[in-house]
Amino acid sequence: MTKHMLLAATALTLTLGAAQAETLRWARSGDALTLDPHAQNEGPTLALMHQMMEPLVLRNPAGELEAALATDWSVSPDNPDVWTFTLREGVKFHDGADFTAEDVVFSINRALTENSDMKGIISSVASVEATGDHEVQITTKGPNPLLPAALPNILMIDKDWAEANDTVDVQDVEGGEETFASQNVNGTGPYQLVSREADVKTEMTVFDGYWGADGFAMGYSDIVYTPIQNPSTRMAALFSGEVDFIQDVPVQDLQRIESDPNLKIVSSPQNRVIFFGLNVGDTLVNGEGENPLADPAVREAMNMAINRDAIQQVVMRGQSIPAGVIMPPFVNGWNEELNTVPEGGVEAAKAKLEEAGWGDGFTVQLDCPNDRYINDEAICQAAVGMMAQIGVTVNLNAQPKAQHFPLVNGLESDFYMLGWGVPSYDSEYIFNFLYHTKEDLYGTWNGTRYSNPELDEMIKAIAAEVDLDKRDAMIAEMWEMAKSDTVYLPIHHQVLNWAMKSGVGAAVDADDQVKVKYFTAE
Amino acid sequence: MLAYIIRRVAQSILVLLVTGFVAFSMFSFVGDPVENMLGQERTQADVDRLREQLGLDQPFVVQYGKFLQQAAQGNFGLSYRQGRPVSDILAERLPATLELAAVSGLLALMGGIGFGIFTAIRRRGVGANVIMTLSLVGVSLPTFLIGILLIYVFSVELGWLPSFGRGDVVEIGGWTTGFLTASGLKALVLPAITLGLYQMTLIMRLVRTEMLEVLRMDYIRFARARGLRERAINFRHALKNTLVPVITITGLQLGSIIAFAIITETVFQWPGVGLLFINAIQFVDIPVMAAYLMMISVMFVGINLIVDLLYFAIDPRLRIDGKAGGH
Repeated sequence: MTKHMLLAATALTLTLGAAQAETLRWARSGDALTLDPHAQNEGPTLALMHQMMEPLVLRNPAGELEAALATDWSVSPDNPDVWTFTLREGVKFHDGADFTAEDVVFSINRALTENSDMKGIISSVASVEATGDHEVQITTKGPNPLLPAALPNILMIDKDWAEANDTVDVQDVEGGEETFASQNVNGTGPYQLVSREADVKTEMTVFDGYWGADGFAMGYSDIVYTPIQNPSTRMAALFSGEVDFIQDVPVQDLQRIESDPNLKIVSSPQNRVIFFGLNVGDTLVNGEGENPLADPAVREAMNMAINRDAIQQVVMRGQSIPAGVIMPPFVNGWNEELNTVPEGGVEAAKAKLEEAGWGDGFTVQLDCPNDRYINDEAICQAAVGMMAQIGVTVNLNAQPKAQHFPLVNGLESDFYMLGWGVPSYDSEYIFNFLYHTKEDLYGTWNGTRYSNPELDEMIKAIAAEVDLDKRDAMIAEMWEMAKSDTVYLPIHHQVLNWAMKSGVGAAVDADDQVKVKYFTAE
Repeated sequence: MLAYIIRRVAQSILVLLVTGFVAFSMFSFVGDPVENMLGQERTQADVDRLREQLGLDQPFVVQYGKFLQQAAQGNFGLSYRQGRPVSDILAERLPATLELAAVSGLLALMGGIGFGIFTAIRRRGVGANVIMTLSLVGVSLPTFLIGILLIYVFSVELGWLPSFGRGDVVEIGGWTTGFLTASGLKALVLPAITLGLYQMTLIMRLVRTEMLEVLRMDYIRFARARGLRERAINFRHALKNTLVPVITITGLQLGSIIAFAIITETVFQWPGVGLLFINAIQFVDIPVMAAYLMMISVMFVGINLIVDLLYFAIDPRLRIDGKAGGH
């Protein structure tokens, strides 16, 4: 009897112990490029770093801003250029040092230096200053109502640690030497680095002194992160139970995962819209004579000719949401009406083209990446067929992203595919990069030659408009203008799929960012 | 003798320089690394600055010259992707590839010779015919498919072996080895078979053909007539005479095992130089691509040079400038 009880008690302790020491084995297609928080503004890199380092303001899996290292923030009533951030007290870095205002000043200034890849996100910041042990003031160049939304990827590191290890400057690939911060981490995040072998494996374990230990799910005590590049191998590793959780799930494997009782898929619309851009300039890059794409009616006809439902059903196997606007859902400025896809179909499109004087059709080259977006090349192939139906001959040029994007940015394409995510969750980000006339600081991803002075002016105006209602009204007006000019042909919003063992309670995040502290383990 | 060696070495260096030249002229077609290195929010000024810093605004001949100048001092630059010295990364990754190549080379040699002898001796047996048919699979199926097939059977269905990675490794003086841990050895099995299968079937077919040829020779008949045991005839007399071409081919194939490890490494996420190279191509990591290509060509040129010198030592007819006019 006693023996039985003892056994039961041992078993109970063991189960409890196991529940507390859960390891999440996590795989995705690529590895982080560095651990220096300000050296690379790149998805997988930031995703890994977010387990170990934290920003002032975090975007939680629901897409909302959440207090992280700052508990409170507000703009000064007297001066719209000045923001005050109250910092969380009692926060420790992994090495035991206290998190204070001087670390924030140091980190933000570091993120603003020339070698930093994050400086573009916070280019509106003029200066940062510590106004107390746990208070900082950020002054912007002109009013910026969206400052907090720019901060979720600006991660904080310890000033003394950086100075002691001679890693004050951001890692620079041409700088000659690798830096300490590119291999080591001292953040305030829920997990701390145990070991890392680039492209092979990164191990992390829970940080005992984490301020939020009781406030979050924290289902896992350890994380093993492994990049597995080949999609079939990645799937095999999940099926064989060697990993618990994978990102970048190929759409053709979704059904197999769902039919496996030990596995599950968690989906969410992704913060990424896929579309085609058109050269609206006077001349074509590839082709002679008048540019048919300069005529808005032609662009509208092409927009009608794209059968988004067919792409969704056939190419994407249902894993997309047809788009009528190049704005991901949940971005400020979004509404269902804007997302209405053009009606009419092939017949109406043909009639429209005829009316515009291009009834005999024309020839244009479509440039497309083949390793960037989900089924990118297949989408372009489908579009070629759809354009042929209205008499437009499309020559497809599909190539790797490293060759595709220089064409778009060098204004060497007439018709190209692009995908866009909106980290700030605000329409301004889209207008700023994609609609503004291409200049040094604005319109940097506008490969269409589109230039609308009225719209340009409004883009600059909303950036500084602090009256949010007025600002939203302006945004709505701008979308009307942009949509009626049809310089982009929206295709769809990507759907994000994460696959995992049924015991993993993952919180999918529209940005494909993983924050393990929100995960539960069964 | 010395003149011959000097001539051969000079030729090898020329081949290396030409390989590097061709490689650098191709890099501009791979794409623009700057797009991968800067975030979405970069400005045109950032792009221009970085391009200038990296010397990408220079013609490729100038870039190549700069690379040679630095390489001569043992500096291969920093990886664009990882921001670490290329020589460090290569040194870290090379053990994985060399261990994999060694195991699959050994596997190919032993399996190839064993099966080759078997199929030659039991020419009409069922077993031999089954092996011969199966060997067609090894020759005709692409490597990645064999790899995926093996993963499906042994990792997913049976759960015996890992589907990716190298398992736990032990570091001994800068060399990481998977030979000393159980998980490291288990992880080696599938990639080694995948990589070695083609070479194994190649060697097997070669051994079989040679062996059949030799078994028809008069001295084998005489050996039989002398009443020697089958075992002695097959292994002592026949096998020895088939091995010369086999060893030549194996030596030459060793280079390609290392070079072709790229595909196997990608399928099994094997952290060797092949996987590194694939990643480098996708990212347009020019310093890594250049160093890898130079390393592989040094290896091939080196193997060929050794073979040439060995021939020279073995075959007197090659001493053209010597006193060979005796006949």
